[in-house]
Amino acid sequence: MHGAESVNDAAVDGENRGSRISIRHVSKQYGGAGAAAVNDVSLEIEPGELIVLLGPSGCGKTTLLKMINRLFEPTSGTILIDGRDISAEPAPELRRRIGYVIQQAGLFPHMRVAENVAVVPSLLGWDKQRTAERVDALLDLVGLPPEQYRRRFPAQLSGGEQQRVGLARALAARPPTLLMDEPFGALDAITRTRLQDELVRIHRQLGATILFVTHDIEEALRLADRIAVMQTGRIEQFDTPLAIMSNPASDFVARLVGAGDALRRLSLLPVRDVARPDVAAAGAPEIPGSTDARTALTMLLAQGSAALTVLDPDGRPAGTVDLAALQGAIASAPAPA
Amino acid sequence: MNLQYLTDNWRRVLDLTVDHLVLTGLALGLALLVAIPVGVLAARVRRLTLPILALLGALYTVPSLALLAFLIPSLGLGEKPAVVALAVYAQISLVRNIVAGIQGVDRSVIEAASGLGMTRWQVIRRVEFPLALPVFIAGLRIALVTVIGLASITAWINAGGLGTLLFDGISRNYPSQILAGALAIVALALVADALMRILERLTAAHYGVSR
Repeated sequence: MHGAESVNDAAVDGENRGSRISIRHVSKQYGGAGAAAVNDVSLEIEPGELIVLLGPSGCGKTTLLKMINRLFEPTSGTILIDGRDISAEPAPELRRRIGYVIQQAGLFPHMRVAENVAVVPSLLGWDKQRTAERVDALLDLVGLPPEQYRRRFPAQLSGGEQQRVGLARALAARPPTLLMDEPFGALDAITRTRLQDELVRIHRQLGATILFVTHDIEEALRLADRIAVMQTGRIEQFDTPLAIMSNPASDFVARLVGAGDALRRLSLLPVRDVARPDVAAAGAPEIPGSTDARTALTMLLAQGSAALTVLDPDGRPAGTVDLAALQGAIASAPAPA
Repeated sequence: MNLQYLTDNWRRVLDLTVDHLVLTGLALGLALLVAIPVGVLAARVRRLTLPILALLGALYTVPSLALLAFLIPSLGLGEKPAVVALAVYAQISLVRNIVAGIQGVDRSVIEAASGLGMTRWQVIRRVEFPLALPVFIAGLRIALVTVIGLASITAWINAGGLGTLLFDGISRNYPSQILAGALAIVALALVADALMRILERLTAAHYGVSR
């Protein structure tokens, strides 16, 4: 770890110490009568976690997200970031330490890509050289070669490219917290999957705490360390994807996440957790132990072999997986009532 | 009709052109002083948008001679009532485009701006103003051309300018003088329009899209 004075802006590895976010009994009632949009929600989010807020539209997930950067103020309750009450300082200053990505990217159409990414550094008064180096490093990070993209305008980018710039802009000042409001909702399926994979990579690389709002269950399962399932302003369940699929807390959660879907559950299990410890016959296809069990099933079916040899992290055979093992894995996770 | 008057009296035509421009400038200046706050108000307070635009639209339809005649009892003859009347006619183009410019800025862009940590004033200065500017300049162009045209009528109440040539020429039955005045007014309007279009393109060039 190095001090702030020795920070190299061109380096992006492990740069964001993720924040700890404590949401305590937060409610939000919009003006007038009617049910609360967010109703007595409490969440403890560990540094560096990627949390997905999942639920149907109108469940309060976006309202909850926007209370964290104070685009909305809670009616009651408190939110702490690293132990500090977020209402203790002016909202613009708080927001400069929180990255924010929204659905239509919201890029500034009159600014070039580089100026868009440099918005928060310029608000913070960084000098030119430091900003320029940082912009290039971030464009590299999100997969846009700087010399090609720096001087383009948003109107000259595809939807996926705009969203990449939106992400780079949000990360510019090394925020320990990143809020993402259905960022990939308007993209085509292929672009969306690619950006999801890159977000996972970037999250691993940077270590920031991420809150990600979506109504897309596949997206939630693919991204989340933990998922907070919301309905009518309340948290129905807050747990890991596997725990939510295996033990949905209510009928609502079970229906929402499709807990009965065997393939979906297999996709959450690493194949090493499913494998038997004996080693299969020589010549069986090999599969790394970290691969998900759904992929193992696909391999079994596609290659027509009876079993796969599961490899440990060093690439040595560590077990065997066959159809019976996969069936056992589905059966052992209790199906919802 | 011939260009005799223009070639013999080009200095006078030039002087009157300058007068015409001064009158136009004063009127537009006064018009902007009113239109900017009114336009911002009409854009921000949605309840007021339609009533304000309807009122200004109605004012625009008042015949110019009638409005001038109406102003004479309180403001007398000369430049003063002319400037006021011209400023009234410029309002609708200015205010309508200020409203369109401000309301045309994408909501998600403004949300992103404040979500990233811009203060209210920074959002206005760095985002809303530059994005509304090309639309506003388009309104300014329309207002400018309107005022240049109408400022020939105000010669009728001794406000000076190129209209003087028209009214003199009519009363003296001197077609060459009328032609000189008409040509000068048209040329002035065309040049002003062209210059404003260039300005418009320069401000919109920021978008990186050809329009």
